[in-house]
Amino acid sequence: MKILVPVKRVVDYNVKVRVKSDQSGVDIANVKMSMNPFDEIAIEEAVRLKEQGVATEIIAVSCGPQQCQETLRTAMAIGADRSILVLTDVELQPLAVAKLLAALVAREQPQLVILGKQAIDDDANQTGQMLAALTDLPQATFASKVVVADGKATVTREIDGGLETIAITLPAVVTTDLRLNEPRYVTLPNIMKAKKKTIDTVSPEDLGVDPAPRLKTLKVAEPAARSAGIKVPDVATLVDKLKNEAKVI
Amino acid sequence: MAVLVLAEHDNTSLKASTLNTIAAAQKIGGDVTVLVAGSGCEKAAEAAAEAAGVTKVLMADAPALKDQLAENVAAQVLAVADGFSHILAPATAFGKNVLPRVAAKLDVAQISDITAVDASDTFQRPIYAGNAIATVQSADPVKVITVRTTGFDPVAATGNQAPVDPVTGVDDSGTSSWVGAELAKSDRPELTAARVIVSGGRGMGSAENFQMLEKLADKLGAALGASRAAVDAGYAPNDWQVGQTGKIVAPQLYIAIGISGAIQHLAGMKDSKVIVAINKDEEAPIFSVADYGIVGDLFAVVPELIEALG
Repeated sequence: MKILVPVKRVVDYNVKVRVKSDQSGVDIANVKMSMNPFDEIAIEEAVRLKEQGVATEIIAVSCGPQQCQETLRTAMAIGADRSILVLTDVELQPLAVAKLLAALVAREQPQLVILGKQAIDDDANQTGQMLAALTDLPQATFASKVVVADGKATVTREIDGGLETIAITLPAVVTTDLRLNEPRYVTLPNIMKAKKKTIDTVSPEDLGVDPAPRLKTLKVAEPAARSAGIKVPDVATLVDKLKNEAKVI
Repeated sequence: MAVLVLAEHDNTSLKASTLNTIAAAQKIGGDVTVLVAGSGCEKAAEAAAEAAGVTKVLMADAPALKDQLAENVAAQVLAVADGFSHILAPATAFGKNVLPRVAAKLDVAQISDITAVDASDTFQRPIYAGNAIATVQSADPVKVITVRTTGFDPVAATGNQAPVDPVTGVDDSGTSSWVGAELAKSDRPELTAARVIVSGGRGMGSAENFQMLEKLADKLGAALGASRAAVDAGYAPNDWQVGQTGKIVAPQLYIAIGISGAIQHLAGMKDSKVIVAINKDEEAPIFSVADYGIVGDLFAVVPELIEALG
């Protein structure tokens, strides 16, 4: 069984981004870029399914500029067997990515697509669900446990107020939540091995997809700043302030 | 303009998130139609009809909608979508699960997690864990939108009497089935709807110590929350997590205890009206957003606070 794992190159988790002074966007020149953490969890889950003998091949996909190759190398160092780069310099929005991935699903016929529930840059939380809709596949979003057996996936999902378990027929789309697994550290020998694995490059035109953005960003601004308040010396003062100044208790 | 709001409900009552979403719909303008898709959902439909600002309720009552599976609920939305200029759902686990399917089928972009309506085609939404606010404009014929509930004050839950029109329910997709759920049983208010939240971080040190926070929450009628660090350490359940990838909350009072204040956590709570921080590290970033801070050992301060609240 083949697993397709889309991975996104994003500003690293630890970078605090700055809004550009002309409000045209955030400044990502010279900041550290990494694989979206949720996608790392997706790759790890695919590799574990391969280690269990459930999956036979893992294909990582990334859509974007040449530098996405680095993200694909990381995916292959974790354990993906080969990669596809959908090369484009166009600003990609979730619907366009879902269409590109849908074209690749048609081409590769994976039984499972596993991807992060959201990317930590645009925080959209759309691509997996959109891909499932475009390919008419069932979906299990926000997964915290995935069991694949007998042509179906039984997935425990993180929902408001607790957990829910659903069973979906394969092929299917699964999106990962934080606690699905803890991705392994990439070792040097695996980084060396990943360099020998193949990355096929295709263009959106090859896949018959128009990736033009649908939403226009008019401006990007700093959020309203919250000013620091005061430090109070003791609990009695705190309770007094909450009762008489803030009037919240 | 005509706005369709997909209601989040449990068949017998509306979730509070639906009232915030109706408020966002009112900001857009035009008639507001609420779709209640469920099974045996008459009570929920009646509740929707009572909510302020609702013009009409569509009730789809079908066995396939009982478990709120994304495939079926999205199909139901599409079945009634004709003629609407906007389709809204709350940006909760429910809305996030369903609505992108609707957008993709309509071949339109989704605008996720809006916090403000600037015009009927222009919306504000946080990006990069709330470190930037993007203003985006959609040229799509239908605007499909999820609403950050903390961005909009809820409409009144009662006082209206909108008509309820039954609509034909969809058939089951046959590809997904519900197996079970483990929902936390608690008398406490829901985290995203609570007036007061008591939240613990890694500084709590253990799951046992978290019980101390329960006592404090009892005194305040508060919901319990946690930072990612505390959840990862196993001190608190997953669904207590407040932050960029967990729950977004904005209570009247947020008490952060033993939480250092990573940007991902601040993203989930910095719109709270009043923030209190209790931390032994006076340099902790949480103090930069706190209205009132106490630098001290939480194991001394929290019992004292419980005592002081009588």
